[in-house]
Amino acid sequence: MKPATMHSPTRNPGRRGGPPIAYVNARLVDPATGIDMLGGVVVADGMIADWGAHLARAEALGSSGIEAVDCAGAVLAPGLVDMRVQLREPGEEHKETFASAANAAAAGGVTSMVMLPNTNPVIDDPSLVESVARRARENSRVKIFTHAAVTRGLEGREMTEFGLLAEAGALGFTDALSAVANPTMMRRALSYARMVGRIVIQHPEEPTLTRNACATEGEIATRLGLPAAPAIAEVMMIERDLRLVELTRAPLHFAHVSTAAAIDAIRAAKKNGLPITCDTAPPYFSLNELAVGDYRSFAKLTPPLRTESDRQAVAEGVADGTIDVIASDHAPHDQDSKRLPYAQAAAGAIGLETLLTVALELVHTKRLSLLELLRRLTVTPATILKLPSGRMAKGAAADLVVFDPERAWKIREAEFRSKSKNSPFDGRPVQGRVMRTLVNGESIFHLER
Amino acid sequence: MKSENSPSETASPPARAGGYRHRHLLGIEGLSPEDITLLLDLSAAYVEQNRALDRQKSSVLRGRTIINLFFESSTRTRTSFELAGKRLGGDVINMSAESSSVKKGETVIDTAMTLNAMLPDVLIVRHGDSGAVKLLSEKVNCAVINAGDGTHEHPTQALLDALAIRRRRGRLAGLEVAICGDILHSRVARSNIHLLTAMGARVRVVGPPTLIPSSIERMGVQIFHDMREGIGGCDIVMMLRLQTERMQGSFVPSVREYFHFYGLDREKLAAAKPDALVMHPGPMNRGVEIDSELADDLDRSLIREQVEIGVAVRMACLDLLTRTLRSNNPVAT
Repeated sequence: MKPATMHSPTRNPGRRGGPPIAYVNARLVDPATGIDMLGGVVVADGMIADWGAHLARAEALGSSGIEAVDCAGAVLAPGLVDMRVQLREPGEEHKETFASAANAAAAGGVTSMVMLPNTNPVIDDPSLVESVARRARENSRVKIFTHAAVTRGLEGREMTEFGLLAEAGALGFTDALSAVANPTMMRRALSYARMVGRIVIQHPEEPTLTRNACATEGEIATRLGLPAAPAIAEVMMIERDLRLVELTRAPLHFAHVSTAAAIDAIRAAKKNGLPITCDTAPPYFSLNELAVGDYRSFAKLTPPLRTESDRQAVAEGVADGTIDVIASDHAPHDQDSKRLPYAQAAAGAIGLETLLTVALELVHTKRLSLLELLRRLTVTPATILKLPSGRMAKGAAADLVVFDPERAWKIREAEFRSKSKNSPFDGRPVQGRVMRTLVNGESIFHLER
Repeated sequence: MKSENSPSETASPPARAGGYRHRHLLGIEGLSPEDITLLLDLSAAYVEQNRALDRQKSSVLRGRTIINLFFESSTRTRTSFELAGKRLGGDVINMSAESSSVKKGETVIDTAMTLNAMLPDVLIVRHGDSGAVKLLSEKVNCAVINAGDGTHEHPTQALLDALAIRRRRGRLAGLEVAICGDILHSRVARSNIHLLTAMGARVRVVGPPTLIPSSIERMGVQIFHDMREGIGGCDIVMMLRLQTERMQGSFVPSVREYFHFYGLDREKLAAAKPDALVMHPGPMNRGVEIDSELADDLDRSLIREQVEIGVAVRMACLDLLTRTLRSNNPVAT
């Protein structure tokens, strides 16, 4: 297989100031409108100029002189919106930078991503939100946004300046991989976030139960002799937070939900009309705790991998819509952070480049339709974050992905564009490959054959 | 090149045909009953050899370098391995790499690579983290013996416990064995469970629920919280050490309450078979897990024998793991 290349931006049709271009003979899938049909898109000046079934064939362009790209029946959809990634810039640029993450995102079909504030320094000050936005603009053609911390330094003690942070552009508030453990703090965060029109994202885990743990309690952790926490640590925090949502009526989002009990609690609360949403990440519906094997630290995640029945419940939650969003949970770590005894190794896996292809397993196994899967990867996260992306519409930014959902390939560490290579999916045979990624009409990734 | 291993000098007890096929000894899990029997038989031969009055220094490991690499403090296990290596005529070096100012983990692979470059024949490793010895074994070319990793395994302890039992009872199959105390944090318990169940013994674990790891019944054991019930009718009562830092209110309410319910004394031992034997991997907390006078009763307690047999077991492990090495590449003399 030939390596894919990044397109040079020179004379790139479709982008701002460039000539228009049409992508025809594509399977148009747009979850926002529920459309899944043969058609095409005309991109001009960085925006979607026209789209629909009438553009299925190049002949429809008539004598307009617009260059046509034949998608050969591949899926053409809104670019993915990844609502939770860790980018390590500023502070840990040896693990990932805006530039390397953008390359990885482009190869994964992700056109917008939102970073967690657990950088160094922590994004807990409006000036940092602005500097991140500026650095990202200069170094990335993928759109990078940021969440801000709920508490200063992620320490759980003092609330950050929600209003000023929101004005500076923070899309949500989260203490990243730390739960907001203090209920009074959470209550105030929810009330304030509601006032400024932003969501709070909770890492649902009762920290006094999970302290020092690196595995889910059960036979495997017992055999391996790993410090473990009971899986209920997740639902306990969620149930507490549901009470606070009842009290404040503020929107709350639960990150990387991984257990059956948590999904049941969320499903019931949604039925009762609470303004809650949640996401999960591909490892939680594609792997179980057996992936840890003989202390494979690349399978050490937070929350940790769970039992097979939890994995099944997560897949079911994605299918029935209890889980609104799939995020990559991208967490780059270098070799030095991972080649350690399991308990000391850093937790987390990279995920930008494998997000779509691993998620497509749910479609191939008939858990849900392609349209529904893409809804959880595009318009739903965009709506939760109040971003205009993730939809096909005339005049909208041409942030698009072209992928072949059937194409078989094997995930290989050596081909990752991310600076870090810590993926639990290395060597996994998968089906579905991104062929092209467009941001503002510009082709930023194109797989040559 | 000619090997001059005359039988009288090298005096390595014969190993059974088939042999030990593993490169390392990282745990009991994964060993077959045949592997275990082979190790125990060879160990038994070394027990006799060690007891012989005219004992001479063996040259089984002549010219071989053995490094004792302990990331966690230990006196008895390290000494036992050291003595085993020396009795076989090997050169034994002790390295203590206890948590210094450097982050513990960084030293694991770094230390392994450094030592590996010195071309040792066997590395004996103890580390405070589960899986650390396995990780280290992937980075070196020599044989590795796990001398205890976190709360995972301590294979030579299980082997010596099994041999101590076998010497007194003549067998392992069909025996009722109770392992009592802090199962949660015990690598000794895990290795013993693997070994004893593989050899056909029935194993019970006894302790307060806070010290019993989740789903341990899936390892083929029965769980008891009542000590008298747990050791009722048992052939062997194996006590475990309770770490000091776990005694005061975190896992058990107090030392005196623990001893009241789980400390082994003659009164509780009466529930076991009349000739039941008592074991402890040491070091003992007298008056916490075990009544002091009972521990010293040579009719009931195997504790001193365990220590003696430990040396023989470690000799057998060193012997077996270097056999391939010796046949492929004999030391020139």
